[in-house]
Amino acid sequence: MGAGVRLIVRGAKTLSERTMEHKTCTSLRIVENRPLGGGAQYLLSLENPGWGAGGKTWRPGQFVMLRPVSWGLELTWARPFSIAQVDEGGLRLVIRPAGRGTDRIAGLAPGDEVFLWGPLGTSFVTEPETPTLLLAGGVGLAPFWGYAARHPAPANLRLVLGHTIDLAAFPLDPFAPLAGAGRLHTFHQRTMADLDAFIALLERHIADHGRAANGLVLACGPGPFLRTVRRLCDAAGARCQVSLENRMACGIGACLGCVARDAAGRNVQSCTRGPVFWTRDLAEEF
Amino acid sequence: MDLSVSFGGLTLKNPVLTASGTFGYGLEFTPYGDLARLGGFVVKGISLLPREGNPMPRIAETPCGMLNAIGLQNVGAEVFLRDKLPRLPWRETAVVVNLYACSAEEFGDLAGLFAGEEGVAALEVNVSCPNVREGGAAFGADPAQIAAVTAAVKRRAGDKPVIVKLSPNVTDIVAAGRAAMDGGADILSAINTLTGMAVDVRTRRPRLANVVGGLSGPAVKPVGLRCVWQLASALPLPVIGIGGIASAEDALEYVLVGAHAVQAGTANFSRPDFAFRLVDDIAALAAELGLDSLDACRGGLRT
Repeated sequence: MGAGVRLIVRGAKTLSERTMEHKTCTSLRIVENRPLGGGAQYLLSLENPGWGAGGKTWRPGQFVMLRPVSWGLELTWARPFSIAQVDEGGLRLVIRPAGRGTDRIAGLAPGDEVFLWGPLGTSFVTEPETPTLLLAGGVGLAPFWGYAARHPAPANLRLVLGHTIDLAAFPLDPFAPLAGAGRLHTFHQRTMADLDAFIALLERHIADHGRAANGLVLACGPGPFLRTVRRLCDAAGARCQVSLENRMACGIGACLGCVARDAAGRNVQSCTRGPVFWTRDLAEEF
Repeated sequence: MDLSVSFGGLTLKNPVLTASGTFGYGLEFTPYGDLARLGGFVVKGISLLPREGNPMPRIAETPCGMLNAIGLQNVGAEVFLRDKLPRLPWRETAVVVNLYACSAEEFGDLAGLFAGEEGVAALEVNVSCPNVREGGAAFGADPAQIAAVTAAVKRRAGDKPVIVKLSPNVTDIVAAGRAAMDGGADILSAINTLTGMAVDVRTRRPRLANVVGGLSGPAVKPVGLRCVWQLASALPLPVIGIGGIASAEDALEYVLVGAHAVQAGTANFSRPDFAFRLVDDIAALAAELGLDSLDACRGGLRT
């Protein structure tokens, strides 16, 4: 598929999806908060926020802002989380305790009330017929749950998860079909010395989705991971989208605290212009 | 009850404004409430030319507040007038433009661009920026420069009320307010952020790339109340209270110490429907307190 055709398809999709977009800003209760891997991460389930008919008006890659009511005045900001899935169990988020806010969110119990707004931001592109490589760095796995579940041709998906904490801390059940087909690959980075091996693994998989294959690479994870993926994709001629994890205060484009540098050298909000960007639209050091 | 307020040439349907830099250009908040329900909103500080702002990281959460060093990233006056203002419900709510410049002349030129704009209700002058012509010290720290900047804006503002937003980073805020009055200000707003910093002990780095930034949020409310009380007690100009407003009680505290209206700021980040709810909550609290209008309690602090 040529670049022109791709742009038309993207544009049409964006237009139709925008018309059905339905953001809410509401109080929700926790349904379940399940520790994974002994509490290294948590699978947080909330009441369904009712984003339009059937809850289908969110798109994988989008995120929500979540702030427990119990925070009062003490912690100022809500915290951003990728939407992992919305299903009969409610809105699913994966929480990695990594600071004051996420530590407390990990401690929420069923019945606790949070304030939540979303769905926010841009989403990963879906090209059913394109060989698509999903690259997750740690908790960056979350958006690929919904992505894989919705993909019309999952046989075209391959997932690589790089992790530093125990694999048991990741919700892998939703990826069972991929695992069963031998298209789920995990890499445990125990020390910095493992990094080269992980990068080599990424390089091999990206090569399969490069220029010759006209593949697609979608990545979510920490900044250094995303910049490495981008570099490897550029080298392989692979088209690539990355989901940025910048710190943000508002999630709606107002605070300008989460900006990334775009290809024209301008600062753009990663909450509204992203979090998912085509790497070609970002500066080398986004 | 009637929540409307009228002061310094500005009439608002209720006393709730939003603070510059915390409400984007207003449009960002339309999914979460009806802008027309607000008394008004102050848009992100606008400069003559677009600015890319400071390097990242730009924000840090602190106890009961946050630090920011965004660096006045904005689209510039031309793009604001062409792309943003026409989309705002300015017939139904007051759109206040916050002006940012680095010299008195530039401030005057900027004011001139908005003087004839029907959709602009008032101009708010941000005197917290460094004056590049005077060695980089903030305008807001020097009464003579506050007066000069205010006069430069007032001369070019046409019939738009001029609000001067005062910095709390001074020894005597009344002297700053008096200087603005002498320069021709119609209204004072206080406070801007307090200069502060945050440090990461593990990396030994400041949490902001700019090292220092502006502290806002509930942590600064006591300072804001004190400043507004001092200004309203000493000067005949109306004051808009700003600083850490997170509830209707907070807003009425500012009215009690003398404010005619308030600006909600950081709380807009804690939940995007905050300002819209604040309008309802103030009405409910005023009713509970048996107030017929805000005029009935303004400056009613019992000391």
